[in-house]
Amino acid sequence: MRFVKIIERILAAIPVMLGVAVMVFAFMRLTPGDPVDLMMGEAGVVSKAEIQTIREQFKLDQPLPTQLFHYLSGLVRGDLGTSFKKKEPVGKLIFDRFPATMELALGSLLLGLAMGIPIGIWSAVKQSSALDRISMLGAFFGISMPPFWLGLILIIFFSATLGWLPVSGRITYGLAPTSITGMYMVDSLLTGRMDSFLSSLEHLLLPSVTLGLALASIIARIMRSSMLEVMRQDYVTLARAKGNREFIVVHKHALRNALIPTVTVVGIQIGVLLGGNMIVESVFGWPGIGRLAVDAIFARDYPLVQGVVIIYSLTYVMANLAVDILYTFLNPKITL
Amino acid sequence: MEQKLCLEINHLSTLFKTRKGVVKAVNDLSLKVGRGELLGLVGESGCGKSVTLLSILRLIAYPGEITHGSLLFEGEDLLKKSPSGIRKIRGRKISMVFQDPMTTLNPVFKVGEQIRESLVIHRLFHSEKGSGFLGHLFDGQRKKKEYRRAIELMEQVGISSPEARYFEFPHQFSGGMQQRGLIAIALACNPSLILADEPTTALDVTIQAQILELLKKINQERNTSIVLVTHNLGVASEFCHRIAVMYAGRIVEIGKVDDVIQNPLHPYTQGLLNSIPRITKEPQKIEPIPGNVPDLIDLPEGCAFMPRCTWSKDHCHEVPEWKEMDEDHFVRCFLYQPFDSPA
Amino acid sequence: MQNRTYFLKIRLRLFFQNLWDILVRLIAHRTALLGGILICLFLIMAFIASWIVPQNPFEGDLFQRLTPPFWKTGKMTFLLGGDELGRDILSRIIYGSRISIWIGFLSVGISMLAGALLGAFAGYYRGLFDELLSRFSEILLAFPFLIFAIGVMAMMGPGFWNLIFALTFKGWVEFFRLIRGEVLSETTREYVEAARAAGQKNWVIILREILPNVIHSLIVLGTLRLGYMIIMEASLSFLGLGIQPPTPAWGSMVNSGRPYMLNAWWISTFPGIALLMLVLSINLLGEGLRDILDPRLKID
Repeated sequence: MRFVKIIERILAAIPVMLGVAVMVFAFMRLTPGDPVDLMMGEAGVVSKAEIQTIREQFKLDQPLPTQLFHYLSGLVRGDLGTSFKKKEPVGKLIFDRFPATMELALGSLLLGLAMGIPIGIWSAVKQSSALDRISMLGAFFGISMPPFWLGLILIIFFSATLGWLPVSGRITYGLAPTSITGMYMVDSLLTGRMDSFLSSLEHLLLPSVTLGLALASIIARIMRSSMLEVMRQDYVTLARAKGNREFIVVHKHALRNALIPTVTVVGIQIGVLLGGNMIVESVFGWPGIGRLAVDAIFARDYPLVQGVVIIYSLTYVMANLAVDILYTFLNPKITL
Repeated sequence: MEQKLCLEINHLSTLFKTRKGVVKAVNDLSLKVGRGELLGLVGESGCGKSVTLLSILRLIAYPGEITHGSLLFEGEDLLKKSPSGIRKIRGRKISMVFQDPMTTLNPVFKVGEQIRESLVIHRLFHSEKGSGFLGHLFDGQRKKKEYRRAIELMEQVGISSPEARYFEFPHQFSGGMQQRGLIAIALACNPSLILADEPTTALDVTIQAQILELLKKINQERNTSIVLVTHNLGVASEFCHRIAVMYAGRIVEIGKVDDVIQNPLHPYTQGLLNSIPRITKEPQKIEPIPGNVPDLIDLPEGCAFMPRCTWSKDHCHEVPEWKEMDEDHFVRCFLYQPFDSPA
Repeated sequence: MQNRTYFLKIRLRLFFQNLWDILVRLIAHRTALLGGILICLFLIMAFIASWIVPQNPFEGDLFQRLTPPFWKTGKMTFLLGGDELGRDILSRIIYGSRISIWIGFLSVGISMLAGALLGAFAGYYRGLFDELLSRFSEILLAFPFLIFAIGVMAMMGPGFWNLIFALTFKGWVEFFRLIRGEVLSETTREYVEAARAAGQKNWVIILREILPNVIHSLIVLGTLRLGYMIIMEASLSFLGLGIQPPTPAWGSMVNSGRPYMLNAWWISTFPGIALLMLVLSINLLGEGLRDILDPRLKID
């Protein structure tokens, strides 16, 4: 029964995705700047015949609706088109870089959760204490910090001044492990290469902290406020009246209920993270799909931009769906 | 009389420090509960009844504080016990049943599991051999025994098809069944005292009667003392052996139920009885008690009822002492005592 | 006719009383007070920027390039140091506050207005209008904000109003959804029925009856998004897509400091601190407003 509902939800997401596809298509076409010109700019002087060939090859000479049709039919087949600039299939380009974004997203998520949830809980339990005030103040800073600036500051401090951590990139050249999942940290563990593991760890650290700090701040605040509300409920008093230790009361009885609103927020953030955080990837030279997108826009590389946008929207929609599903496990009152 | 005592509260005071002032929720309250007795604690909303019950189990949290008094239970003063000591009492020797079952049951856990939790906390079925934490965790035998006991309890409180209901969530239960579930939780470790805080207020009248019947049955079969807090004199008169009338944090009259109902001594009790509408053939005038329940922050000195009392005199500015009028019928009012003017 | 003005006067009086009450409570609220004071300082600074800048924020003295801040040189001329073109960073920060504040307030304001009006009408009238707008907003939501903004900037070229357009185009969606939801629930309430029964025109109902009730959550959301918009503007400037040099904008200042991270860290650091303080104060104020106006909106 649940399975059917899940399928229903996935199907309902399709029109949205379609809308996104059409929108980005229109969007790119409206942008001034001819992709062919930009491509040719690199090759020097080129004859008109060659330009025409290129146009035909990329179907740029066809009327817009036809182009749209080709594009959409390709999409349905799973074909995202071919990049103008790089001449490779868009799907492959994105796929190659997706693990990098994934790794960054997971790292930030883990950091955010590991920092945010305990702080949120303890601030609520010890309300108005020094810990509470300091961590809430910290959380305020966390959500007010521009991520690009934070990233730079961290680099300035830890890499430039202290020299503890590398400035950019994903891993020291030559240390990349054999690709199984594409995520260096996982792969290096799987292949047993500690040098790769350590190198990828030090590269992952600063960007994850940059993103993770903002996430942790959001999580801490919402955990705190929902814990406060939950702890006032009668069932918490009952849990104490049964003779439970305070630790159990907080972490078993209260927490389960307080997590519910937090999960919603986290879910949205995951979607954002997976879509590739362009700013942080730029600052740290992280080869993810965010950077890919920025470069593609500037190069008027329509298919690539379209592909990235589609993927981003897909992750956003999937993340929302996952959150909804998780919701039903946490809160028995809600069915899909 | 002494050996038959279950709980003895002496001069209990519980205060709440708020920004607007100190709220004296429980103000020098004394009470005795006998073994196997059904005691009704009656009073209007806001007079401190619930706080009294919570104080017994020391469930008062900041900004509240129990400042005064002693709670003697089975020979020990509960107020002097360590936190782990009081935890052993909670749910095991003294249980509590709360008012609104929908908000009292944890919505994310199955009802059966919530009942079973009481058994787990107090290790009723844990084997004696110290097999350590992990050993206890995976003890399938124990879990089976606990499950069966929970089913038993559910049957005893009148929940039908307990085997299926065990795995359901609170929102799938009706109000009456939820309350029965709460009672099952309270009963799980066979306590000697149950504190029931208005357990029927949130329910329909017919269900009310059923729940009260259930509590009576428990009292008769297991000789469990029950303190029933209610604002409904009718319920109290049907159900209890003794009634204690509470006003503004203090008990003003206490005695056997028939005595108090038929011969109310304290003006407040009289007022309460007079203001109950009765279904008669002729229309009657309802006589409410003039005035309002006092704000517990600025209580008047002396007898708190004085501003509303028709018989108040100057000397009611002092706090009256207990006076036993008939056998086991006590009252705190200057109507029945000579007033000793200060020297 | 006399009736209408009379009621209008009462309304206005109530409105101002309400406002005064909120103001008093804001001042009593510590976080809000802190945020409010800081914002006022920023606003004042932005206002009198042209008069208080110690140096020219646009032109620099190339002989002074990369000057460290005053605690290293002892000179008070370049208090926070000089950038790569010899311009005084403090002056540029002061001047740059105008950009951030203007763009932030304008884009949030327009988003709020557009989103609220559209949401109110959609929630009230329902029907095709509502359907179309809701679908459209769903699609927009799934669109990555930055790509969109970058795309717009690439499409329309950099510039003040283009930037505002980019920010507003996606920004209105949240206000739309909020107001639509509120109006939906308010429409079922009795006072709306009463107004309809009295023959009141629809749009009048919306503006006079419903909107005042939903304004509270609107304002709270607005202050929360203001900080976000300012950061977005700075991010775009950081990527080189926002305000173009030589106009000082905090985001682009941080960006121009990137090559000098090792030897002239102050170029990137101080503008970022300014950003941080501005957004922080807005968030503090917003938090206070939320506590006072609408405790329901406890979820970010």
